[in-house]
Amino acid sequence: MSVGTSQPSAEGGTSRLWSALRWLRRHPTVLAGLVILVSVSLLAVFAPLFTIYDPERLDPLRRLKPPSAMHWFGTDQLGRDVFARTIYGSRVSLIVGFTVAAFACISGLLIGLVSGFVRVLDPLVMRVMDGLMAIPAILLAIAIVGITRSSIWAVVVAVTIPEVPRVVRLVRSIVLTLREQLFVDAAVSLGAKLPRILFVHIMPNTMAPLIVQATYVCASAIIIEAILSFLGAGTPPAIPSWGNMMAEGRTYVLVGWWLLLFPGLFLSLVVLAVNLLGDGLRETLDPRLRRSTTNE
Amino acid sequence: MIALIIKRLVATTFVMAFVALFVFGLLHLAPGDPAAVIAGDIATKEDIERIRNALGLDLPFHTQFFNWLGAIMQGDLGTSIFSGRPVAELILQRVEPTLALTTTTILLSVVVAVPLGIVAAWRAGSWVDRSTMGFAVLGFSVPVFVFAYLLIMIFAAHLKLVPVMGYVSPTDDVGGFLRSIALPTVALGVTYVALIARITRASMLEAINQDYIRTAHAKGLGIIPILFRHALRNASVPIVTTVGIGIALLIGGVVVTESVFAIPGLGRLTADSILRRDYPIVQGVILIFSAIYVLINLTIDIIYIIVDPRIRY
Repeated sequence: MSVGTSQPSAEGGTSRLWSALRWLRRHPTVLAGLVILVSVSLLAVFAPLFTIYDPERLDPLRRLKPPSAMHWFGTDQLGRDVFARTIYGSRVSLIVGFTVAAFACISGLLIGLVSGFVRVLDPLVMRVMDGLMAIPAILLAIAIVGITRSSIWAVVVAVTIPEVPRVVRLVRSIVLTLREQLFVDAAVSLGAKLPRILFVHIMPNTMAPLIVQATYVCASAIIIEAILSFLGAGTPPAIPSWGNMMAEGRTYVLVGWWLLLFPGLFLSLVVLAVNLLGDGLRETLDPRLRRSTTNE
Repeated sequence: MIALIIKRLVATTFVMAFVALFVFGLLHLAPGDPAAVIAGDIATKEDIERIRNALGLDLPFHTQFFNWLGAIMQGDLGTSIFSGRPVAELILQRVEPTLALTTTTILLSVVVAVPLGIVAAWRAGSWVDRSTMGFAVLGFSVPVFVFAYLLIMIFAAHLKLVPVMGYVSPTDDVGGFLRSIALPTVALGVTYVALIARITRASMLEAINQDYIRTAHAKGLGIIPILFRHALRNASVPIVTTVGIGIALLIGGVVVTESVFAIPGLGRLTADSILRRDYPIVQGVILIFSAIYVLINLTIDIIYIIVDPRIRY
């Protein structure tokens, strides 16, 4: 291996890739999580290539058939192919997981930065966050979807709001320790303005724990979306999602186990993959950060 | 100490006031006419008008809020749109199954999780530790209803050990109650066990490395008194706090578990009310659940302020 530390520009890319691969070899659980996530993402994006069946097409003559060579995961009570619905259903979970993680972390980051640095706003912001955290996440999400028309974006908003306070608290606690540091004093005495201090000096230091937190938010969001859909208050029933499939299949628990098992298995696998990724990142990026409450 | 307790009480009052304002205001934050939102997509003009009158939605916002708050202070949580009966009465009827389910779950979880976490910390790095932590990650990953149906398929449908669903009150038949509550308790408890086992291990690891533990070893104390009397007692603050915070997890899980196992409790009431868009019940249940959650955690904090002289916020 001819990767020298003295030539970062030419070979920096390959050496970084190498060290990432070496790191993955030492963390087999993270590797497993990555493999699951990448595979399910590929299935979701290229779903039409992996199945000849339309997830919406009814086939009244082949209702509730157990798994077979023709229908790998069997058919449901309306004769629809469960495998097709399962892989199309991964789209909802992945979209909700990633968008909620992004929305919650961006808004939590902004609120946390301001709350941690602008002392006047801090007490008010923190009381509001405490209030939001006093309502159990699933109930809060239920209350929010309850007042909107059912759509996937209503679900995203409903799942994001309970997650924001946790991100705010994390970012704020980091900001509170950072603002006492010398480099912040130096920036202030050099005449840096508040936005510059927040975004150039403070924000980069919150990134590592924030990325770890994003994985936990993502896992929690996927679970809450599935629970909302399962209760009939989430993704519109017309869209195949794992929660919707299990809600429809619950009546057939004694005669058609495949209706519940396959979407449940995929759901658990994806959440497990995200959690494994998060645990691995946490160990490497921030050993002090401990998971307090998750996946409510 | 007294000042600290008063500070916590004031903070809690603010939190509950915010929760009340939020739960009430949510309906008005939604785009469009709140009466039409409650009435749903297939409502007629008369339905919407009836709901507007019943809920007093034609009054100014602050009048509505203080009327509502005043009524709650007197124990009146409003009237169900669907059945026309008082929300407080509907909630009271449903308390017993939920209380039974959460009590069995908390007991079982603590009894299983704390020893697991202690052994995992004591034998850190061993197979016991690694399988406990592996189980914890699984517990966080498998959603409660997925695990519930797995249990139903194995223990109710296949082995026929317990009924598939339903609830038997312990005042009617204790054996039947235990059989009907077994699967829901295990299903609801998994995530909770994972949470408690993880925090027990973490705080025990910290305690075990302290000097007084070495002293206890040196004076020839057995491992059981060292772990339980010396280490666990000092590690207990984060554990008990997590048991309290985890109640939020249980409350969310109760809605799902009761729905899966057809248990006629508060969780089932919530799920049904959402589907019927019976917003007064949803408001009432959220308020009650949040109040219970906040009060339990307040109690834990206050007990620790009194019992543990190290706590000075």
